[in-house]
This record gives sequence, structure tokens and C-alpha cells, in this order.
Amino acid sequence: MKALAARRHHRLTPVVLMLLALLVTGGLYAVLSPTSASADTAATTDIEAGEKLFQANCATCHGINAEGRDEVPSLIGVGAASVNFQVGTGRMPMQMNSPQAPAKPAQFDAEQTNQLAAYVASLGPGPATPTEEQVNPELGDASNGSAIFRTNCAMCHNAVGAGGALSEGKYAPALTGTTPTHIYEAMLTGPQSMPVFNDATITPEEKRDVIAYLVQQREGSAGGADLGNLGPVSEGLWVWIVGIGALIGCAVWIGAKSS
Amino acid sequence: MTEHNSSELTTSTGGQQLETFPDPGVPEHKLRMADKDPKAAKRAERQTVVLFAISILGTIGMIVAFFVFRLEGTTESTRNANLAVGLGLFFALMGIGLAAVHWAKTLMSDHEHVDERHPQRGSDDVREAAIAELKAGAEDSGIARRPLLKGAVVTALALFPLTIAVPLVSSVGGDWDISKFKHTIWKRGTRLAIDPNGRLIKAADVTIGSVVHVIPDVPEEERRSHEWITEKAKAVVLLVRLDPADLKESEERKTWSHEGIVAYSKICTHVGCPVALYEQQTHHLLCPCHQSTFDVADGAKVVFGPAKRPLPQLPIAVDDEGYLIAQDDFDEPVGPSYWGRLK
Amino acid sequence: MTTTQAPKPVAATADYLDQRTGISHAVKGFARKVFPDHWSFLLGEVALYSFVVLLISGVFLTMFFVPSMGLVEYHGPLSSMSGQLMSEAFASTLKLSFEVRGGLLMRQIHHWAALLFMASIVTHMMRVFFTGAFRKPRELNWMVGFVLMILGLLAGFTGYSLPDDVLSGNGLRITDGVVKSIPVIGSYLSYFIFGGEFPGEDIIPRLFTLHILVVPALILALIGLHLLFVVLHKHTQYPGGGRTNNNVVGFPLFPVYVAKAGGFFFIVFGVIALMGATMAINNVWNYGPYDPSPVGAGAQPDWYMLFLEGSLRLMPGQPEFVIAGWTLSLNVLIPAVVIPGLLFTFLAVYPFVEAAVTKDKREHHVLDRPRNVPVRTGLGVAFLTAFIILALAGSNDLIATHFHLSINSITWVFRFAFFLAPVAAFWITKRICLGLQRKDRELVLHGHETGRIVRFANGEYIEVHKPLDEQERWLRVGYEANRPLEIAPREDARGVRRKGYAFDRQLQKLSGFFFEDRVEPVTPAELAAAHSHGEHDQLDSSDSAAQLDPVRDATGHGVVTDEHKH
Repeated sequence: MKALAARRHHRLTPVVLMLLALLVTGGLYAVLSPTSASADTAATTDIEAGEKLFQANCATCHGINAEGRDEVPSLIGVGAASVNFQVGTGRMPMQMNSPQAPAKPAQFDAEQTNQLAAYVASLGPGPATPTEEQVNPELGDASNGSAIFRTNCAMCHNAVGAGGALSEGKYAPALTGTTPTHIYEAMLTGPQSMPVFNDATITPEEKRDVIAYLVQQREGSAGGADLGNLGPVSEGLWVWIVGIGALIGCAVWIGAKSS
Repeated sequence: MTEHNSSELTTSTGGQQLETFPDPGVPEHKLRMADKDPKAAKRAERQTVVLFAISILGTIGMIVAFFVFRLEGTTESTRNANLAVGLGLFFALMGIGLAAVHWAKTLMSDHEHVDERHPQRGSDDVREAAIAELKAGAEDSGIARRPLLKGAVVTALALFPLTIAVPLVSSVGGDWDISKFKHTIWKRGTRLAIDPNGRLIKAADVTIGSVVHVIPDVPEEERRSHEWITEKAKAVVLLVRLDPADLKESEERKTWSHEGIVAYSKICTHVGCPVALYEQQTHHLLCPCHQSTFDVADGAKVVFGPAKRPLPQLPIAVDDEGYLIAQDDFDEPVGPSYWGRLK
Repeated sequence: MTTTQAPKPVAATADYLDQRTGISHAVKGFARKVFPDHWSFLLGEVALYSFVVLLISGVFLTMFFVPSMGLVEYHGPLSSMSGQLMSEAFASTLKLSFEVRGGLLMRQIHHWAALLFMASIVTHMMRVFFTGAFRKPRELNWMVGFVLMILGLLAGFTGYSLPDDVLSGNGLRITDGVVKSIPVIGSYLSYFIFGGEFPGEDIIPRLFTLHILVVPALILALIGLHLLFVVLHKHTQYPGGGRTNNNVVGFPLFPVYVAKAGGFFFIVFGVIALMGATMAINNVWNYGPYDPSPVGAGAQPDWYMLFLEGSLRLMPGQPEFVIAGWTLSLNVLIPAVVIPGLLFTFLAVYPFVEAAVTKDKREHHVLDRPRNVPVRTGLGVAFLTAFIILALAGSNDLIATHFHLSINSITWVFRFAFFLAPVAAFWITKRICLGLQRKDRELVLHGHETGRIVRFANGEYIEVHKPLDEQERWLRVGYEANRPLEIAPREDARGVRRKGYAFDRQLQKLSGFFFEDRVEPVTPAELAAAHSHGEHDQLDSSDSAAQLDPVRDATGHGVVTDEHKH
């Protein structure tokens, strides 16, 4: 104790105490925070399990029978693909009803997501989740994908999927971390502000081509650091910060008297 | 030395001369380390030589990298080649630059020199002489006494640029036929096709919440030409299906849509960008260039932004095979306003 | 012929040239010409050197770029473009980037150099403005510089449109829309530029000719004129000991500036090369070949055109009128023609406005410290504020996504800020300048605070102040505070009103706006008075009363800033 007390005025003491406090608080939170309502492990089929999950987590907004109400859409006929997308990307359950549903850490694991999807799919026919083959980027043509993406998607999501602004604070998110399956499902179901690209508008093969294009973009830029792929505005910002910054620094050095 | 510019900084206050402090002169010269200490000078010299050496290594490195890094057409290989060659160039250049500056700062004499300035204007003698020369020249030319000659030379010289300007300007404008702004290639019966692959569109395929980017149905070979791109610049259309309950239509436009499917020109009426951002829930069309916002459920009228006029609507119908067709061309010129657009 | 210590071949060459050109005259006059030294004088050099880099990298690019809109199918190595139809311009840009060794590096160096060229022009122009280097005899050079800036904008615009990609192509579309809005001649002007309807097939080759021939030739010629003026007028210098309006204090061209300026060229080129090697710019293959249908989020031009973009975004759409069947699109004309016109006109004519309100006909070779010209500095900051707000407005969608704001709210805020913020910025800057001037006066009158407290035997405490040395003091007193114009009275001795009085009166009011609020430099008499502690009677004499009038505010009341209490 003496050693510890002797160091109580050390200049790093506040830092150590702060870290300790954070650890304790975080630990207590992790242990005591509420977990999501989980289904009764005795449920027999996916649909039943899904229904239980639905009643516990979704019915308060979407209605007991998923019929929806004012400002909240009905889920009858939205299909497994919608649920897989919305729940899998953490958009649902929403914290607060609004036109923009931001992606957040998914609240349910894959099995629970499938159960929810199965339940909603049972309410009415709708788009199904795609197969592995349908979303495999290696089977897609990135060139055709780029042409389709450019005409249908780039205006909201930016030429390489770095995201973009919509009106009134809404936005089209960046696609750099989205899985091929979720990309497919988003195109098919048209979540929130995004329009619906059904299989007649963009065929399944074309959807896979788009996925191939987006996945290829994750290799980065051939020119070096991509600066966020945001276009001329960020390029302009960097030329002032790096270019003018470095050169003014050099100019000051050149003009300064040498010691 | 003329006295035009006084070295005293006096203020012109209408006569009152205020006393000012005297100029202390150039500050005393301070010696640098390299001036006082030969070892420091030697060190500075060595540093300069090292910097030049870095440049030489950079040049060699760049040339080696240029031949070693092959371009394989992949992102990775291109990026590596770019980086290697570019870094070599960077060192080659920076080495020289830093060396030269370091040399100047540490070793070159930094005693301040003083040069005299002279007023810009010529002295009165020079001016008089110049004027005299000009007068002599004018006398010699005889132009003073010949106003007709003066007028003639000025007129001829003023007019001659027209010989260049008129042919240049008139040829540069193509056929100058601005009436083309009023029409597009949409006609009665033209089928709607998907942009860019040209697939035809059945009304049944357009579901509520869908948006389809549309071009007129034109054979593929014709679409690989410049004339097509120029026509497309007026003819692109956005096709959207709304719930008919949400659609507000004027009486005369009720026949222009089909069961909630409406078609509007995609060219913004502000300054011509493609208006392509369709927000499904609000049915607003947002143009990404200057944020003009159009309400598709209400005649594509402007709800925000710098556009004034609603997007022109393409009247559509369905033919007997179920494909969507245009009933007619747009009823007004598409795209940005221009002076004579209503004439 | 005099003997020199130069090696034989050098001596022989010098002799050969001199016999044929008389070059010894130039060498005599030039080799040891003195230039003053300050880092801020290197900003114009950044512009010059980045232009040289543009020329060098540009020549490389012209060896491979094909300025044609003829359509070809791409079969090069880039898989995301395979089989797509594109113009030869776009295809040759892809070839440059992916099949020519060093091609992408040259493209990136070229584009970064272009952005840097414009940025350094703006920075250099700011330095010239805030230090008053545009005053006589340099007004003409200011105009030359202004035109160079406009030409730089043109060079950049024509340049980034050459690859014929979706982003720059939409920029051309916007240009066409703006041109069409011009009354009477707009539609014909659109045909003139594009050789017909947009986009036609003439625009890329035309822009190419402008970009590599016409504009660079004009820029080179004007740079020559710009530098000629610097040689003719000699460079300005900052105030300081020994630096007067009649001399230049600095270092000789050879060897100091040959080394420093020459070295700086390599440094500028080096920085650009580093950026080209490590930072991707204008990856046109991601935007795709131009087609009138697609458009990408983040549709902006290069940074130096953002003021125009922001102006177009902020304008509300209502003011479009139809008069007798003719359409007048003020919603486009005002932001695209009127506002930039006003901003640029302000810049261009400013030297003449200042000359008119000071009626100062003397040559000025010593620069101003910005604090000593508060209204000029305030106007400059206000102008920059307006310009920056427009540039931010042009980036409003990126601000919205990055700061989680509504793009509509941002637009509304900037609509008001464009008018209010420059006024606020002017006022704040002016007050800061006046404050700094007062601080300088304090410093001169009372010296530096040393922190040493001395207690006298009688109990009085004072803080010891260290007086400024000669050089420090000279810097702070060596300026002239301009005063508002005095004009001849309205009526002459016989009561006859004179012509031109109204104009003079306006000029007087304007000069009042510039110089009514001012801080005069400390005079030796004031300093002496300050040093005699507590002897206020010395300040009562009528002579000194005029001297002790350092600050007047706009109401005309004198405000004494001198306090004798420490």
C-alpha cells in the first residue's frame, strides 16, 4: 500500500484512475445490460420461432399481423429478401421511425434472421433471398456491371459506391462494406428511399454483374490513396492541405535565416 | 537622385509636418555557424553533398523502377508501378531542391546588399525628347494635314478583322438551326426501352416503387453513333410507377399516364443535368448537380432548388403486346430554358 | 578583352555570344541584381513552377492523348471497361493510365499541378492584396495577374473536360445550360461552342486546341509580361530597418536566388511528383465515358470552379420570367453571370478604387503590414469569406453526408450566410486590425512587459518594462495612416457652386469609410510624453493636442489610448 500511496501524486495517476474507472463501468455495463429478447428454444419450426421473435421485436411498430399502420409499412408480401436485408444489416429493429434507416450492428444472429425471414415470407409471396451462385462476384461481368451501376445507381451512391446525399438529411450509404447478398437484396426490394429494381428492370445476371463491379472497386485505386473516392472536392481540399501546406512550409524554411 | 520620393515617411495632413522617428538602418549582420566555425561549414557542405547524392540515387531508382515494374493492367500492378516510379522522381527532384537551398542558406554569402531604386517615369528631358521624336515622325508622315487619310487608314484597319472573324464564327456554329431544341425523336408509337441495353418494357414489369431509365427504342447499330448520343441528350426519360391513389394529375394529363406509371424527361429544367435520384418514399426526384427537387406525384413540379419549371412529361400508353409506348413527343422543349423557348 | 579566371571553353562561349548579342550588358545589369527576401515572395514562384510542371507533363500527355470523339470499343486491360463503347479521347486516357509506363504518373502529376497552380495563384494574389503591392506603379501588373487567374480557370476547365468522362461531361452540359440562358444570343452561342446541338462531336477537339495552344500561349505571354514588370519595377519589400521607398535591400540574383529560386523549382516539382505518386486523382474510368444519361453523386467541378457551382446551387428558382413570349432565366443568369461578374470586377478594379480614395500619386515600394490598413484587410477577408461560402455551398452534398446534416438546411443557411457572413467578417477583421495597431502603440510607448515587479521604498509597486530596440520600434512606427480626403468647398468665394462637387463628395464619403477609423503611429513627442511619468501638463500644449489625437471613432470623438498606469 505504501508504494501505491507514495505514487498518488504521480503525473500519470489521473490517467491510470481514468482507465480503471472506464474498465469498471464498461465491465458492469457488459454484464448488466439488457440483451435482445430471444425466442423460446422449444419452438419447433423456423416460422414459429420467427413469429415469436417478430412479436417480441417488430410487432410494436409493424402490427401484430405485420399489417403496418400510419407511417409504418406493411410487411405482407415484402418477402424473405427484405427481412434478410433489413435485419441482417441491423437497420431493423429501428431505434426511431424515420425515412432514413441507418445500418448498425445487427441485433440478431444469422439463425434468428432466417427465422424472422421465414415467418415474414409465410405471410405472403415476395422476393426470396438469393442463392450463393446468384451473388458470386466471380461469376459476374464487372464491365457490364459498371455500365448498369453508372446508369441506375451512381447518382445516389456515387460512381464507385462511396455514398451520397439525398434530400432533407437522407443519404444513400456507402457500399464498400456491404455483403454481395445484401447488395442483391437491396436492389431487389428497394429499401426505404431506394427504388425497387425488380428482375425485369435489372435481371439477376445483371445484378450479379453489379456486385462484381462493386467488389472489384474494393481493390482500391490504381493511382494511390483514394482519398475517399469523393471526387474533385476532396482533391481540392487535399491540394490545399498537402500541396500548399508543404510548400508554404518549405517557403518559410527557405526565407528563414540560417543559424 | 531625384527627390520625387522622400525617404522620410511624412504624412500629408494639409501642411502640418509631424516629426517621425529616424530609420535605424539595416540591422547588424549576424554571422551563421558556417561563417564562424569551419567545422560547421564542412558539415553543411557534407549535408549538401548528401542531398545531391539522394537525388542521384532517386534518378537511378526511378529509371530502374521504370523498367522493372511492368504494367499488367491490374489495379495492383498499376499502383505499384506508379508509386515506385513516382517516388524515384520525388527523391530525384527533392534532393536537388533541398541541396540547392541548403547550400544557399548555410554557405553562400548572406550579407545584405542595397540597390538604389529610380522613379519609373522618364526624366523631363527624356520625355521632351520622346515627344519631339513623335512630333517629328508625325510631321514626316504628313498625317496631321490629311484628315481624309487618317480616316481611311483607321477605317480600313478596323474593318479588316471581319475577314477573319466572319468566316470563323459563322462556320463554327454548324447549321445554326436552333429550332431543333423544340423536338426530340420521340414520336407517336415509339416504344420505351431500357437504358443502356435497349430491352423493351412491359407495363406489367414496372412495379410500384420501381424506377426505370428509359431511351426510345432504336436499333442497336444506330445507337453506336454520335447522332444518337446527341439525340439521347434530349430524349432520356425516367419511368416511375406510383400507387394511383398518390398520383395527383390535372384533367388533361390523366391520359398521359398508365395505371400509376408516369414518364418524365430526365433532363433538368435548370441547366440540363440528368435528374436521376428518385426517392421512393417521398416520390421526389432530386437532381445531384444543384439539388433541384421535383415531385413526381404532382406533375414533377419544383419543390426546392434553382429550377423553375416542372419536368416535361412524356405521354405514354400501352400497345397491344403490353409494351409501353409514347403517345407523342413532349409538348414543350426539354431541358434548360432559353430565350426563344416559347416562340 | 579582359582576362578572367573562367575555364577556356566558358570564356570562349561568352566571347562568342557577346560579339553577336552584346549579352555582357544584360549580364552586367542582371547578374547581381538585388531581390528582397521573404518567404511570402515565393508564393508567386509556386504558381510559376507549377505552370512549368504543367507544360512538361502536358507535353508527355499530348504524345498519347487522342482528341477525338469518334466512337471505339474498348479492349484494353481494364476489365471494368471491357467491350464498352467510348470516345477515342476517353479510350486514349485509359490507355495512358494503364498501358503507357509512367502514363498514370504523368496524368496525376498534371492534374495535381493544375490544382496547385490555381491554389498558388489565389494565395499569391492574397499576399499581394493584403500587403498593398498593387499600388502604383504596379496596378498594371495586378491587371496582368488578374487576367492570368482567369486564363488559369479556363486552362483548368478545358483540361479536365478533355477525357470526355461523365463527370466533366455533365460539367459541359451545365455550361451549355448556362450559355443557353443568356438573352437573345444564348441559343446561338450554344451552337457556336458545340458546333450544333449538345454534345455534338466537335467539342473535345476544340477544347484540346484551346487547352494546349491558345490558352497556354496567352498564359506564357502574360507571365512574360508579369515578370518583366517585376524586373522593371523591382520587387517590393517589407518594412524594416534600412528599407526605404528608394532602395531594395536583399541578396543578389547570382548565386543566392539562382540557388534558392532554382532549388524551389525542384522542391515544387518534387512535392507535385510525390502527390502524383501517392494520391489518386481524377480516376476517369470510375466515372465512365460520357453519356447524357448517367450522373454521379458528388457532381462537382475542380475546386477552383466551386464558387460557380455553389452560386448555382444557392439561387432560388422563382426568378424566371416570360416577357412578351421571351424567356428570361434570372435564376441562372444571376448566379452564373452576375454574381461572379461582381466578385471578379471587385478584384480587378480594387487598386483604382483605393487610388481614388487616397488621391495618392506616389510610387509605393514598401509593403503595408495588413493591420495598418484595416479596411483593405477587412474587405479582402470579406471577399474571401464570400468566395469560401460559395465553394462550401458547391460542396453541400458532401457536407451533408459527412456531418449528417440536411442538404436543404445547409442550402438555406448558406443563402443567408453569403450576404451576412462577409459583412460580419469585415467588421471583425477591421476591429482586430485596429486592436493590433493599438497594441503596437502600447508596445512602442511602454515597451515589453518583463514580468519583473519592483517595490519602492515608499510602497509603490511597478512592473519594469523593457523599451523596444530601434529595429522593433521602427517596424511599428514606420507607416502612414491615411486620412479621409479633404475636398474643395461646394461654393467658391462668390457663392457659385462648382462642377464636380457631387462626385468629390461621394469620393470623400468613400474615403471616410476607408480611413475615418484609424490608429496613427506613435511620434517621438508622444514617446517622450509617455516616458515622463505623470506629467500631464506636457500634453496640454496646443501643438501636442493635434499629435495626441491617435484614434477617432466614427462619431468624431477623440479616444485617447494612452494610459500611464502600468
